[in-house]
Amino acid sequence: MSSRREFLKTGGALVIGFSLRDELLGQQRGTAPGPDLRQIDTWIAIHSDNTATVHIGFCELGQGASTALPQIAAEELDLDMSQVKTVGLDTNVTPNQGGTFSSASVARGGPQIRTAAAEARLALLQLASKRLDSPVDRLTVSKGIVSVRGIPNRSVTYGDLVGGNLFNVPFTGSAPVKPATEYKLVGTPVARRDMPAKVSGKHVYMQHVRVPGMMHARVVRPRGQGAYRDGAKVLNIDESSIRSIAGVRLVRRGDFIGIVAENEWDAVRAAQQLKVTWNLKPTLPGNDRLYDQMRAAETQDRVVLEKGDVAGAIGKAAHMVSLTGRGPYQAHALFGPSCAIADVKTDSALIACTTSDVYSTRTNLARLLEIPVEKVQVQYYEGAGTYGHSCYEDAAQAAAILSQAVGKPVRLQFMRWDEHGWDNYGPAHVGEVRAAADSDGRIVAYEYNGWQHNWAVVETSAQLAFGTQAAERDGGAAQQVSPLNLGSMYDVPNLKLVNHRVPGLGYLKGGWLRSPLDLSFSFASEQAIDELAYRVGMDPYAFRQRNIKDPRWLGVLDAVAKAANWTTRRAASNLSKAKVVTGRGIGVGTHLASYGAAVAEIEVDKETGRIRAKHMYGAIDAGLAVNPGNIENQISGQLVQTVSRMLKEEVTFNKTNVTSLDWNSYPILRFEECPEITPIVVQRLNERSTGAGEEVMAGAAAAIANAFFDATGVRMQEYPFTPSRVLAALKKNGG
Amino acid sequence: MANELKIRVNEQVRTVTAAPDTPLLYVLSNELNLQGPRFGCGLGQCGSCSVLVNGVEMRSCQTRVSAVEGKSVTTLEGLPAWYAAQKKLAQAPALHPMQQALIDEQAVQCGYCYNGMIVKASELLSKTPQPTEAQIRSAMNGHLCRCGTYPRILKAVQRASQMMKGVAK
Repeated sequence: MSSRREFLKTGGALVIGFSLRDELLGQQRGTAPGPDLRQIDTWIAIHSDNTATVHIGFCELGQGASTALPQIAAEELDLDMSQVKTVGLDTNVTPNQGGTFSSASVARGGPQIRTAAAEARLALLQLASKRLDSPVDRLTVSKGIVSVRGIPNRSVTYGDLVGGNLFNVPFTGSAPVKPATEYKLVGTPVARRDMPAKVSGKHVYMQHVRVPGMMHARVVRPRGQGAYRDGAKVLNIDESSIRSIAGVRLVRRGDFIGIVAENEWDAVRAAQQLKVTWNLKPTLPGNDRLYDQMRAAETQDRVVLEKGDVAGAIGKAAHMVSLTGRGPYQAHALFGPSCAIADVKTDSALIACTTSDVYSTRTNLARLLEIPVEKVQVQYYEGAGTYGHSCYEDAAQAAAILSQAVGKPVRLQFMRWDEHGWDNYGPAHVGEVRAAADSDGRIVAYEYNGWQHNWAVVETSAQLAFGTQAAERDGGAAQQVSPLNLGSMYDVPNLKLVNHRVPGLGYLKGGWLRSPLDLSFSFASEQAIDELAYRVGMDPYAFRQRNIKDPRWLGVLDAVAKAANWTTRRAASNLSKAKVVTGRGIGVGTHLASYGAAVAEIEVDKETGRIRAKHMYGAIDAGLAVNPGNIENQISGQLVQTVSRMLKEEVTFNKTNVTSLDWNSYPILRFEECPEITPIVVQRLNERSTGAGEEVMAGAAAAIANAFFDATGVRMQEYPFTPSRVLAALKKNGG
Repeated sequence: MANELKIRVNEQVRTVTAAPDTPLLYVLSNELNLQGPRFGCGLGQCGSCSVLVNGVEMRSCQTRVSAVEGKSVTTLEGLPAWYAAQKKLAQAPALHPMQQALIDEQAVQCGYCYNGMIVKASELLSKTPQPTEAQIRSAMNGHLCRCGTYPRILKAVQRASQMMKGVAK
């Protein structure tokens, strides 16, 4: 039996991290394209001390994947949580399970980890069967100790069976997995394993990684991006402007400018002090003209879903509602700006960064650096919660470009204005809904038309350094009108969804932001449904109950209404002339496969226009909830972020550039403004796990808008509900 | 120009080489390799770099290193000992009650804001051992969390306050 150490060497899968600095900076670079997914040894290692290491291809992004996925492995292997370790993501070590987005870690990663662990367990039992001279079906396992049923002292540990050695077993996916009824760990709220290190300052975030011989760097860009197509063009650099700071080096490649210095503060102040004249073009629409320009654009149109005859049904219906909703660009506004360390040599490169997908980052960097992909190694370190495609890839590219230029390891960290100003924003959206109901309160027709542009492909560093032309992604589910989130939860015979793709190169850079577009979809769509209920004269919860057949949609709707002690009454039936009025609203929605519903209780000050979210309730059915504690945390985060995004967040920009550059110009919800939160996990032990990181935001966004109507009798058509926007809406509607 | 400066951090006198106008944050991170204070905005807006200076919460990104000469800086790493000194305990606990309370409440998303949250809450609890909810919200209002962990952090501050009741002083 060959040793695990040997496997790791021959597989090129050296488990190295920046903690082993000498190895890192030495010659021990990976040569393999990635660990072999068809080998159990790639996924699981058993050590002689009867512990296991599970190699997981999903990042801990703050969502708890580093607890939930080992939980699945421990369950299948019949180990305690304390016996299961994981390693950091590394293209040379961890399997390529695809990127950590679309709330996929448990949904997509869970089944792979589960089947790999089951197959490893079976292999272990077969070894034990020989060792204990007993058939496999008479063996039982607890905490990694295999014993013969009824004869507990005839036993052997996993560690004794393979400790330190290889399984040499192919991963076929054919081993039977445990039935849910036998789960002991899965389905329980195992405590987050990363917490002790995080509260004590022992956790190593990317921002804290240091390597010997490392230089510090900052990029120099205009404050705030302009139109994606335009990038940023340098007209002149006044190098004398930083001459007073000794030991800093200016790096220029095309229009990419960076400052590299031994001392971080020198790099920071030189980057701020450097005088660069940029050619800034006034080609953006600015916030004022944004929605009109999108709506008037020559779009690429596609019918996403059509059934029945919407126009005919609307013509005959007793009640018809037509409503427009507009949602702004919103920023990831990563709490700790992106950071990366690159060590680029002539024929190889090692990059540590906060990417959600080490493999795709490796591909991109290899192309950028013109180094063969097998000579590029990418390692993941956790940063601040990213919630989508923030600047992590851009920062990794910037670090790599700078390291290549100076021939040393370079640590690059964005400043606050870089992160806010050069983000890939969640795109703005215009939605137009028509919905109709009969006199019994049954929805008979639903139509949604949506306008937005797609996501950016080319990162800013590549665009500036190499003149790579800006380009947008071609398609993809989360960039267009969503058949999962629009109308389809209702039992509607006539339905039509149309996507209007706006050409996006003249706008801001787009990217996926937690629950992409869904807040905007639901803001328009669920307000239209709510308005229909109002016109019919029904309670908005009862109206939804009447029009939903799917038991899982009904499940979350009922769960959230129950938690909120919902009492039946028509919306806006308690309007008051008081200065401060209260309202409650309900909404349903999702991102992908899970089910979400929310209730909002808010307070509106009609004189100041200020809204206070008092209590948010959110329910998610994500199938089998592997760790309900994690999901409760995820629901809480989603509800708070949704309040922030609905009440406060909007990327501001004029004709030349973005002006949201920090927490003052891009305010988010603060401690004093935070509502009380009630998260509800609907557990479905026998359904497959689906995502739980995004799916209650849409319903929550709608619930807030519907609560506003309940409080004031006015429908908002644009968010965020800033005081000035609220006052304008109230004034316009005679409120 | 870089100078040699002596600063007291977590009750140890440390000699560092830095230009006097260097923000304390960079000295703590790069010269002393501390991982509590962390860069968030560099503008004093978010609180992720907070430390205690003579027991008062300050933004280390906005504090020149020369300004803390002769003062006592406590970082996240030094909070258990700082707490023990305040409470006249014979031995520092492994974690400050606020740190333990966060674990007990499972108040975590990414944890990047923890440093500032814990430092600020520790300051609050040292001055106001039994704060009302409004006092907690007001004290913590200058500390942002992008993940929306506020509700559980609020509970953790309340729990820490309970845990500190009856601890000798």
